[in-house]
Amino acid sequence: MEKATDLLSSSQSLFSLKSLKLKTKQQELLLRISILGLVYILAFITRLFSVLRYESMIHEFDPYFNYRTTLFLTQKGFYEFWNWFDSESWYPLGRIIGGTLYPGLMVTAAFIYWTLRFLRFAVHIREVCVLTAPFFASNTTLVAYFFGKELWDSGAGLVAAALIAICPGYISRSVAGSYDNEGVAIFALLLTFYLFVKAVKTGSLAWSLASAFGYFYMVSAWGGYIFIINLIPLYVLVLLVVGRYSMRLYVAYNCMYILGMLLAMQIRFVGFQHVQSGEHMAAMGVFFLMQVFYFLDWVKHLLNDQKLFQAFLRITLTCAISVGAIALGVGTASGYISPWTGRFYSLLDPTYAKDHIPIIASVSEHQPTAWSSFMFDFHILLILFPAGLYFCFKRLSDATIFIVMYGLTSMYFAGVMVRLILVATPAVCLISAIAVSATIKNLSQLVRTKTKPTQGGSGKGTTSAKASSKGALDHSLPYQRNGAIALLVGAFYLLTRYAIHCTWVTSEAYSSPSIVLAARGAHGNRVIFDDYREAYFWLRQNTPQDAKVMSWWDYGYQITAMGNRTVIVDNNTWNNTHIATVGRAMSSYEDEAYEIMRSLDVDYVLVVFGGVTGYSSDDINKFLWMVRIGGGVFPVIKEPDYLVNGEYRVDKGAAPKMLNCLMYKLSYYRFGELTTEYGQPPGYDRARGVEIGNKDIKLEYLEEAFTTSNWIVRIYKVKPPKNRW
Amino acid sequence: MKTTMIRLYLLFSFFVLFAQWSPALSDLVISKVDRKIDLTSQVVRVTATLKVENPGNDPISEVLLPFGDHQAKDLAFLVATTSEGKGKTKTSSSSLPIKVVNPEGMPPSLTWYSVTLPKELAKGQSLNLEVRTAFTHALQPFPEKITQADIQLLVFQDSAYYLSPYAVNVQSLSVKLPEPKVESYTKLENTKFSGSEIKYGPYENLPPFSFSPIAVHFVSNKPFAVAQELVREIEISHWGNVQITEHYNLVNAGARSSGEFSRLEYQARPHLRGASSFRHLVAKLPARAHSIYYRDEIGNISTSNLWGDSSKTLLEIEPRYPMFGGWRTSFTIGYGLPLKDYLFRADGKRFLNISFGCPMDEVVVDNLIVKVILPEGSKDISVLVPFPVKESRETKFSHLDMIGRPVVVLEKTNAVPEHNQYFQVYYRFSNLSLLREPMMLISGFFFLFVACILYMHADLTISKSSPSYLAKLQWDEVQTALQQIQSIMNRCLGIHDKLEASLRDLSRTGDVQACKATRKSADNMLKELSKELKPLLSFLQSSTLAASLYSKVEDLVAKEKELQEKLIVKHTTVTDSYEKKSGGRDIENRIAPIQQRITALRQEVDDLLEIIDEI
Repeated sequence: MEKATDLLSSSQSLFSLKSLKLKTKQQELLLRISILGLVYILAFITRLFSVLRYESMIHEFDPYFNYRTTLFLTQKGFYEFWNWFDSESWYPLGRIIGGTLYPGLMVTAAFIYWTLRFLRFAVHIREVCVLTAPFFASNTTLVAYFFGKELWDSGAGLVAAALIAICPGYISRSVAGSYDNEGVAIFALLLTFYLFVKAVKTGSLAWSLASAFGYFYMVSAWGGYIFIINLIPLYVLVLLVVGRYSMRLYVAYNCMYILGMLLAMQIRFVGFQHVQSGEHMAAMGVFFLMQVFYFLDWVKHLLNDQKLFQAFLRITLTCAISVGAIALGVGTASGYISPWTGRFYSLLDPTYAKDHIPIIASVSEHQPTAWSSFMFDFHILLILFPAGLYFCFKRLSDATIFIVMYGLTSMYFAGVMVRLILVATPAVCLISAIAVSATIKNLSQLVRTKTKPTQGGSGKGTTSAKASSKGALDHSLPYQRNGAIALLVGAFYLLTRYAIHCTWVTSEAYSSPSIVLAARGAHGNRVIFDDYREAYFWLRQNTPQDAKVMSWWDYGYQITAMGNRTVIVDNNTWNNTHIATVGRAMSSYEDEAYEIMRSLDVDYVLVVFGGVTGYSSDDINKFLWMVRIGGGVFPVIKEPDYLVNGEYRVDKGAAPKMLNCLMYKLSYYRFGELTTEYGQPPGYDRARGVEIGNKDIKLEYLEEAFTTSNWIVRIYKVKPPKNRW
Repeated sequence: MKTTMIRLYLLFSFFVLFAQWSPALSDLVISKVDRKIDLTSQVVRVTATLKVENPGNDPISEVLLPFGDHQAKDLAFLVATTSEGKGKTKTSSSSLPIKVVNPEGMPPSLTWYSVTLPKELAKGQSLNLEVRTAFTHALQPFPEKITQADIQLLVFQDSAYYLSPYAVNVQSLSVKLPEPKVESYTKLENTKFSGSEIKYGPYENLPPFSFSPIAVHFVSNKPFAVAQELVREIEISHWGNVQITEHYNLVNAGARSSGEFSRLEYQARPHLRGASSFRHLVAKLPARAHSIYYRDEIGNISTSNLWGDSSKTLLEIEPRYPMFGGWRTSFTIGYGLPLKDYLFRADGKRFLNISFGCPMDEVVVDNLIVKVILPEGSKDISVLVPFPVKESRETKFSHLDMIGRPVVVLEKTNAVPEHNQYFQVYYRFSNLSLLREPMMLISGFFFLFVACILYMHADLTISKSSPSYLAKLQWDEVQTALQQIQSIMNRCLGIHDKLEASLRDLSRTGDVQACKATRKSADNMLKELSKELKPLLSFLQSSTLAASLYSKVEDLVAKEKELQEKLIVKHTTVTDSYEKKSGGRDIENRIAPIQQRITALRQEVDDLLEIIDEI
């Protein structure tokens, strides 16, 4: 009797538990939403290291330009912004800002700002700009979730969201303060892809319209839209070739291409390039190909005769291809279709820039990627990526084909240029998420099938995968369950390592604003080198309002944004000759340089010098690029003049031209009298670890106007011409 | 040099002019004047101790103080007190009222202030007056441009005689210099230079408007920090904080620096090669100041120090670069103060009592703008400042403001540390207004959620006849049917549990009748439920969308039916056995096979329910 009572009571308690708990579906929804919410918050706060370590400030170089233009936009309104002719940069040429930038980022930030203002939150535009990138990174995780769900299942979506939230490859460009186009562009890129895949999957006009708008946003935000407008046609082409042509694809691509093109042409910087330049021709070609395909399909339907159709197919294809080829040939020859730009070439051929466009090759983020940086930015995703590809190939669909293509092409580009790791990151995260999700799901099914009879129905919903009775255990393999548990533990360990690595990389490598330098002092205390801002603020306050500052182009944006002074060249690098002129001035003797500076109305010259602090990315280390870029336009400047036996040096053995050129003089003026390191002679350059070769520098046409406390920035005033009598 | 000459000329012309206006204003005689001019900082502070006598018959209630226009322009601060006693025992009473007057028949190039005496001065009486004045920009750097290595020289000009409309019997003047180094000074009779002090006088029996220009050219490396504009924002939050934000626009108004600035020299010998520059300023903040920051337009400035004790907090700020002559900088400092130290209540009104001027002693402010930002909804605003200021009103929009916060704007030119006095802003504010902003936020979120709920329930389909829409509607119906079936099933299971419970009661109490009654009612309820189930099942059967589901549902219903039967069988068996008084073990043996089946069925039903739940 007692036993019976026991049984009865157990069933009783079972019931009460049942009636309390939510339905499995609701439970799952709640779990999913809360995980997604946590990932959303995580993606935001992991990017705030720089704000906590330093302050709420704009980082690096380009973001300063974006900040300056956003400020202008919020102060003067959109029309002024659109028609803005900026006379503070590229003196004396100036720059038409509205026509030479991608306004997406600025308009987004201004829109957020105006919305907050409308809701009566009195925020400063700087805070909005600083937090725009993390905010969009959070939104990207949402898109990644939906994309993952579309590709595989909601589990993969969740994993993808979690992976992309902390992936260093993406964080590197989206920490708080990194107010750059890429911050919103990756969101736009992934959104466009997601919407397009959705459109292909459903064949719905609504989704493809949405993807056209996503594309429009992407075009407005970043020059990387070229990647979309080439990848999507490529994808369509692949689908056509493998025989997956369908009405859905036809609707999705045509709507997206036509509307996307029309919208993209509204951006002044793109304009008619979208139908005229070589980079966009692939999309147009595929568009016409689609029409041919549709036509053939129709004819096939009408003819209903295999043989006749084959003949017709041959004729049509020949005609179509020859017409296309002729059109392309005539277009190119007549100049209607512009050839590919150097940047595009350098993507396809990694050696191209080095030989032809030194200005692209001189930027460190345009260098080919080293293996270590792949490991640094992707960590375990690098291993999971092939595994995910395997799963994708096992379950081929239109969507998985897309992600495979996206993954492979972007990985290639990531190999060509360091900065394009960013574009590859979403693909790598999604594909890895598929691998993680599929593996864990399989393993947990194995674990759960055996536990089911022993545990009864009470222990459901404990593991990440959903309860399912389908996973049958193959009894021919021994220790299967233990093996599965071990593998699960292993996967958990790997993911933990990934999270630790990502946090470490974010805090150590990607959260430095680079405008404020921090170092450890002799006693382990934190030393701040705020020299850049010191110099820019000095320029802002103590030079005439219309002073023109000459510096290497790297600092142009910062000088205009923080120093509020006119610069000769800046990071926009649109006019190679102008930059070469500055390079020439820097590499000439002082009297020659003076002539050039007079012709450019230069009042102040700014150089960055790391010899006192050991700061290695200074102008002396960049000097060879100045010589190369200058020499590329003005043959008077010859690189070998600055080298000794092909070696670049600044000490006694340096080339005489090197020791007397303007850059050397400005960097080392009176440095020979300074003792930088104990036990070394005066004039010991700590950045290069040598004693300088020319300690007796006299300036005739310039005078030292200001040098920052750690000598990192030195500003010289160009003296007015001497009286002739 | 040119300006110096012009100034000298002007001074002489005054002298000539005044000589013609020699008829005295009143019978007042100044029997003794001691003037001390303090040149140790950029603010020239002049303290004149006057002994006034009334030799005439009419009682006198006013003393006139004239200033030449060049002085009046620089005059930042003027206060007169009566002092009694002599030497160290002398005590000063509170300041006397001073007003600007325009006495008739006096030269227009003078500005006149009239001091009202505390009591009328009768014939033969005398009174000691102490007049303290402070002038800004009265020191001229000369030469005007120096290099980094040069020391800064200043010129100060005044009259050796006290400028007065009254005859002065005895007077003397002493000029205190910051350093005992003088380039040159005007030598008159009775001039002594000792240490860092120059003494003129005593001079006796001088007529009204006597004048004798002097100039002192001396060395001074005191900082010449001039804030061309200082905007102090004092924002009151009734949540317990007074937030003060000060925007400085600072310039070193000393001799302009020209030529090279060599960091090397400055680094190696900052006191020689940069003597005229200043590096830091110290702000004296109240002791309970918190959340202090120091930044400028382009970000935080990391060079600052903070220390303090129970009476004050000292904030030492260092501009981004050393301030050489003519160099400018601008920055913002901000801090919070506890509200209860500064806000008080009087006669139903609240008043803020806080200091007016700049917290830095070394800074002269050309144009000081104090903005007191009161909470939104403040009324009846009035201001009480101990010295004349220009007053105006503004509104400011801050977080969650609808109508804006009233701002009292007080403007003062030529502010010196002497203006660091307390002033009061009176206003009315109801405590209920305090809850407005939180309520706004709460209602904002409330409406957001309501909007979400409405959106979820609204049908926004454009075409109500499209096939996909119809399919969706149908699917919704199927789902509701499924949910109803589920709830019926759950109720059945509940009844099953009741039956089991009645059996347990039976084993405890042995009440067979009650148990039977339970069975009967359960039987009836189950029958009713199966009746309810029928139309739903037939609907599912007819619906095309539910074709795939129907088999599962059918299975579920069949399993449940069997479970019901088995349970009833078990129930009857157990009750029967109780009636027959069978042993516990016997009953157990009899129901064991049924029980097994029941457990299995129950499991299956649960599983099926869960599967249906997931659809």
